[in-house]
Amino acid sequence: MMRYALILFFLWPVLSWAELSAPLEQPKINPGDTASLRRGAKLYVDRCLGCHGLKHLRYLRLKQDLSLSDEEFKTLFPWLDRPTGALTSNLRDEDAQAWFGVPAPDLSERAKALGTDWLYTYLKSFYADDSRPFGVNNWVSKDVAMPNVLWDLQGKQKAVINKGQIERLEIVEAGSLSPQEFDRTVTDLVNFLAYAAEPTQLERRRLGKYVIGFLLVLTFVAYRLKKAYWKDIH
Amino acid sequence: MHETDIDLDKRRFLTQTAAVLGTAGVAFAAVPFISYLKPNAGTLEAASPIEVDIAKLEPGQMIRVEWRSQPIWLLKRTEQMLATLEKLEPLLRDPHSDDSIQPENCKNRYRSIKPEIFVAVGICTHLGCSPSYRPEVAPPDLGKRWLGGFFCPCHGSRFDLAGRVYKKVPAPTNLVVPPYRYLTDTRLVIGEEQEEA
Amino acid sequence: MRNCPNKLIAWIDERFPLLKVWNEHLAQYYAPKNFNVWYLFGSLALLVLVNQILTGIWLTMNYKPDARLAFDSVEAIMRDVNFGWLIRYMHSTGASMFFVVIYLHMFRGLLYGSYKKPRELVWILGMSLFLALIAEAFMGYLLPWGQMSYWGANVIISLFSAIPGIGEGLATWIRGDFVVSDVTLNRFFALHVIAIPLLLVVLVFLHIVALHKVGSNNPDGIEIKQHKDTNGIPLDGIPFHPYYTVKDLFGACVFLTVCAWIVFYAPEMGGLFLEPPNFIPADPLKTPEHIKPVWYFTPFFSILRAIPNKLGGVVAMFAAIFVLFFLPWLDRCPVRSIRYRGRSYKIALSLFALSFVSLGYLGSIPPTPIAARFAVVFTLIYFGFFLLMPIYTRLETTCPLPERVVWPPTPFLQRTGWHWDQARTTIAYFQTKPYCQKIATSWQQLQEAMRENKLLRKFL
Repeated sequence: MMRYALILFFLWPVLSWAELSAPLEQPKINPGDTASLRRGAKLYVDRCLGCHGLKHLRYLRLKQDLSLSDEEFKTLFPWLDRPTGALTSNLRDEDAQAWFGVPAPDLSERAKALGTDWLYTYLKSFYADDSRPFGVNNWVSKDVAMPNVLWDLQGKQKAVINKGQIERLEIVEAGSLSPQEFDRTVTDLVNFLAYAAEPTQLERRRLGKYVIGFLLVLTFVAYRLKKAYWKDIH
Repeated sequence: MHETDIDLDKRRFLTQTAAVLGTAGVAFAAVPFISYLKPNAGTLEAASPIEVDIAKLEPGQMIRVEWRSQPIWLLKRTEQMLATLEKLEPLLRDPHSDDSIQPENCKNRYRSIKPEIFVAVGICTHLGCSPSYRPEVAPPDLGKRWLGGFFCPCHGSRFDLAGRVYKKVPAPTNLVVPPYRYLTDTRLVIGEEQEEA
Repeated sequence: MRNCPNKLIAWIDERFPLLKVWNEHLAQYYAPKNFNVWYLFGSLALLVLVNQILTGIWLTMNYKPDARLAFDSVEAIMRDVNFGWLIRYMHSTGASMFFVVIYLHMFRGLLYGSYKKPRELVWILGMSLFLALIAEAFMGYLLPWGQMSYWGANVIISLFSAIPGIGEGLATWIRGDFVVSDVTLNRFFALHVIAIPLLLVVLVFLHIVALHKVGSNNPDGIEIKQHKDTNGIPLDGIPFHPYYTVKDLFGACVFLTVCAWIVFYAPEMGGLFLEPPNFIPADPLKTPEHIKPVWYFTPFFSILRAIPNKLGGVVAMFAAIFVLFFLPWLDRCPVRSIRYRGRSYKIALSLFALSFVSLGYLGSIPPTPIAARFAVVFTLIYFGFFLLMPIYTRLETTCPLPERVVWPPTPFLQRTGWHWDQARTTIAYFQTKPYCQKIATSWQQLQEAMRENKLLRKFL
């Protein structure tokens, strides 16, 4: 009885806090999937980098981590002679302020700040809304200043409203990708951002196994040592 | 008492094992701390190769560029200048650059890939001053036998126009030639070796 | 050659009391033999302190205490510096684990009455350490210069402005500016990396010296010095070295394994150790939707929010920390250990622990009306525990104390009490689970395989 009371007590505020925005979807994020990262990087460079930089991600690091050959790198970044510097955007804050009303934030760590579920759902939740400057609004982030940069892939979405609240979004004009293909494409993009937020994460997970393995062996020896010494405490 | 004896043996064995493992653990733990102090990605990138355009370099003219916070000299030598190199060889400490640092393809009389273009790190091999470029022949301060070269004002070391050090001066070896390669006839990359054809 | 080390030690010993210190604090420091797992956290805290100092020195080499550069320099450590990510995660995980260890260490004091006569000064020095640690952690949290760093510091420093009369001036003086700014960052950096660590080291030294003067308490809360052998050595005491060095070594290994798991697989600990908004650079023009301190400050933050008056909240929050200093004089019960104390203290301490954890939880969620009401209740329990202590501890009916410490410790299955019943039920529940049985069988198999092997057999 006590146990259930406690569970209820600790869950209550969480349940009551659940906000009235879109339920977050959970994409399958795997920063070890290089193919997905490469597709995500391509999409990012084509559609996001114009406004949103990744100033903490070096070209050289990207080239190495995604195992891009010189030719592949050249195709991805045709304007670069050699991989020096980081993926900054050319959009000046003043221009962004004038065009969108806010500077376009740098997205280097954004996947950590907002979470991959949020980013994924956000990118999928644009819907037509004529009251907004770019003709779109977002179910997850209301009145966001960003236009829908993936609209030609996803198609045009409309909000289905029930009792003054958005119930769900539905596609009214098909895009160039099927919904499954589009989901995969957005997953790639979010996966790339998750990678960009911490490029060292694969190295970290790989190293962890050895460190913990070593510590477990040491723990075992220390345990036997303790036992051996404490035999003479009567 | 017999039991205690066995115990002591075991204890010693476990203590030694724990000590060995613990030392290994400390050694492993030291790796990231030591590695942390090596040049980081930003530093390495700043030290990455640079490109230099030498299209506008006149014969006899020398330009200086910065690479890894060091002065790099690029000198276009004239025919007369190249002719001095052979004549000076008896006066030099290391005329064949056997004890000096240069890429393999620059280990020749000119100490360069193409005879006329000389590339070197402009730092005296004595104590790190930057020598001055003195192309004139027999100036009053350097004596009659001077056929052009580099003179270090700090301690008086002398080098010929291929950066080879004279005898009887403090500098021990010839000027360092950095790795470099030609992108085109007029564009060089400093910091990368010429790939084997 | 063999006695070379001995010669060296003798040479030093003529000039420095090396053996004396070694003996007094390790080889001939007699600690009660009945220490349980609660007594590990002191040495673990020392271990974490060493980790924080070492990793901290290394981080300082690449960190830039400048509002324009700080965030980027932390990211450069995470990405560009060799193993920078590891050193930083060791530092950030270490900070949180420091509080885990310290809270458990302090709770141990409450369980076994370690603050009581003659250990009042040990307790007060320990509380001063806790206070210094709070300052250290608070200032350290500003350094990454993320949104939570900035706004967290902003809120906490603003608390001082609640003090009547001098408040505003004091807050401005602390910041060195009218808002949290580059100036604040710079001075917090200086305090975080030099001033407070020095203070911590000095206080740790004093804490240990004071402890070794009066001797360690133990889970039975009785004085082992009352029964000594002919050499004046406590009958229930054992030399700290080697017995507790090997025991603490084992404890440290387990602890390090847990820490390594966090560092390598959950360095953000689901947003508890490193908060998501802190991955956005500080923006003085944009407050995050939900400001909350790091988990280890949330109990006190909850108390602050529970009082509907600015000055009252601030006073309550600081009082919640400072009241602990007076514990040795608030507790009137002559019996130290909870094992022999009356039901009233057991209930009071359980309620206190529950309220502390609950306040911590409530402080980490937005203040919904119902959460706020709960926070008030738990704040009352928190203070009730201390303020009513002189009354309920005097009326306590205690159990008779044993003459000597309980040894060997009561086996797990024979321990009495509600919490032991719960523990046994929980374990019994897991024992029915196939995966636990699987682990148990593989452990058996591993041991058998080790017995087969000539070298590995020696470990069993």
